[in-house]
Amino acid sequence: MLIVNKGAYQAMTNHAEETFPNECVGFFYGKENDHREIIVSREVKNSKDGDQKRRFEVDPFDYLQAEKFAEKNSLTLLGIYHSHPNHPARPSEHDLKQAVLFFSYIIISVMEGATDKVTSWQLNIHTDQFEEEGIEIKELDKV
Amino acid sequence: MAKVIIPTPLRKFTSNLGTIDTNGGTVKENIGSLAEQFPDLKKHIFDENGDIRKFVRIYLGDEDINVLEKENTKVLQDSVISIIPAIAGGSN
Repeated sequence: MLIVNKGAYQAMTNHAEETFPNECVGFFYGKENDHREIIVSREVKNSKDGDQKRRFEVDPFDYLQAEKFAEKNSLTLLGIYHSHPNHPARPSEHDLKQAVLFFSYIIISVMEGATDKVTSWQLNIHTDQFEEEGIEIKELDKV
Repeated sequence: MAKVIIPTPLRKFTSNLGTIDTNGGTVKENIGSLAEQFPDLKKHIFDENGDIRKFVRIYLGDEDINVLEKENTKVLQDSVISIIPAIAGGSN
């Protein structure tokens, strides 16, 4: 179960809608207890050359900054969000191929500019397949 | 001794440690030193030919080793090496 701070949820969906019809991408941070709690999200530039309507990429330098932000704020880098403009909130084969262990992957489906559905997925270390995890939106203390 | 910063997704293979001290004069030697200390990490960094995986990038400080001398980039005692997973994806 992924517990998402209301402010972080709104920031991610706003980012996805503002970036439509292109894909947005960002990181989220929080704490890992019995459940994963996402406290804050941060936008990252989609550095993909070419078709950003169906692809995203994060510059390695931006990833480095994301780890530094987590360390500086005593948070854990818990995963990545990205949008699927005019596509369902399900991971594509391309998402699976590039997936990293441990991270939660939030996918925001944006249909004609409005958020349609938000899902989250984690790679199963044994099967190498994505498994969906539930999302609960709550007010959490910010950093 | 140089330091290697472990990305969050790989910390489960380093007993949850984010920074590891390593030995060696080059990036390759230091990453090898890391893999010796944490053998479970090895397959996530190196491919079957012993080369650094395509989806893994290595930075020395704030610079990609691919614009330096790649795996043979020299490492100093106070160098910081970062392992970075490639992050990409998207709808079909």
